[in-house]
Amino acid sequence: MKKVNWIVVIAGALVGLAAVLLTALGNPANMGFCIACFLRDIAGACSLHGAAKVQYVRPEIIGLVLGSFIMALVKGEFRAKGGSSPATRFVLGAFVMIGALAFLGCPLRMVIRLGGGDLNALVALIGFTIGIFIGVQFMKRGFSLRRNYTLGVTEGTILPVLMLGLLILVVAVPSLFKFSEAGPGSKFAPFFAALGIALVVGALAQRSRLCMVGGIRDGMMFGDFKLLYGFVAIFAVVLVGNLITGHFNLGFAGQPVAHSDHVWNLLGMLLVGWGSVLLGGCPLRQLILAGEGNSDSTVTVFGMIAGAAFAHNFGLAGVAASADAAGGVPTAGRIAVVIGIVFVLAVSLLNMPKKADA
Amino acid sequence: MIDARGLVCPMPVAMVQKEVKANAPKEVEVMVDDQCAVENITRYATNAGYAVSVDKEGTDYRLTLKK
Repeated sequence: MKKVNWIVVIAGALVGLAAVLLTALGNPANMGFCIACFLRDIAGACSLHGAAKVQYVRPEIIGLVLGSFIMALVKGEFRAKGGSSPATRFVLGAFVMIGALAFLGCPLRMVIRLGGGDLNALVALIGFTIGIFIGVQFMKRGFSLRRNYTLGVTEGTILPVLMLGLLILVVAVPSLFKFSEAGPGSKFAPFFAALGIALVVGALAQRSRLCMVGGIRDGMMFGDFKLLYGFVAIFAVVLVGNLITGHFNLGFAGQPVAHSDHVWNLLGMLLVGWGSVLLGGCPLRQLILAGEGNSDSTVTVFGMIAGAAFAHNFGLAGVAASADAAGGVPTAGRIAVVIGIVFVLAVSLLNMPKKADA
Repeated sequence: MIDARGLVCPMPVAMVQKEVKANAPKEVEVMVDDQCAVENITRYATNAGYAVSVDKEGTDYRLTLKK
């Protein structure tokens, strides 16, 4: 048992180290790794949205999926399966993305922002924990998106193959894609360094089952804190890294790619926490599961990409504070977050066991 | 027997927990098809005082929990 726990701690520490390293190499501040931001950047690079500041083919996403895929093959854990409420998962993925982009970060970036001293992320963590707590109440009472089934190998390899195709295209024909000239999308670590780091992190995340939602969820449901060690390890390493490099800045104001719209930071991440519990894992975990052959997670990732496109096409995403403006979540984004919360409530209620099954 | 095949975590562990809390059985058999579920159920059951043995049956796993 102890061995497994150490794998999670080591994986968490390496994710934290990778985040610090990627930021030092050029990724945006407090954004060494952010699944929501990077899927949004890929959506922008593929012209699925037109926000000029967030368009780049992030090799980190490609590396995470392929790292998981390779490790799952090596360990004999690759299995093509799916069919567990895919349409529901697609929409849940989209709303999880909308919630994350209101706050400006997935759960992983939330931890990384905390390690940088960004107290807005502490507000988000409160919302995230409340969301997980609500989701857990439904889980304890039998919520389920139903069973998955064994599928053909093709179905399980869809996301890894798409990521490989994206990698080949961006290297061979970069003119196909849009690349930001300013803003977060214009800041990136060297392509192959980021790809290599993400391959290692993807492989480790596959072995360790690292999940930002799972740690808090399992602690609440079973008193099992294994995954939480990974969460804490990421925070600790990022914190130390920021203190050493002089990037630690404690407070609400002046934080990179962030805003202090507290209510909507809290509600955005409440939506992410609750939605992710229903999906069985955080956005990082969905990428890793998709690499292992889980096509339900692949559909969820597609939903997240669609959610990112919606977030920017309809002005739903949070706006980072700048020297001239306080930033925050626009009215349309607030409405979308509320609709998302209503949707996850409906999904939660409508997928409880019928009395005869209970 | 608890059939948790096709269910992803935390559902398999939640099903075992429900059975353990409701009936405190001396022995429980669980079928799963996911390595992650094997690890999580083993950890939960060990903490709950059960000895766990795992048998691979094709692509499935049969877990026997004994007190």
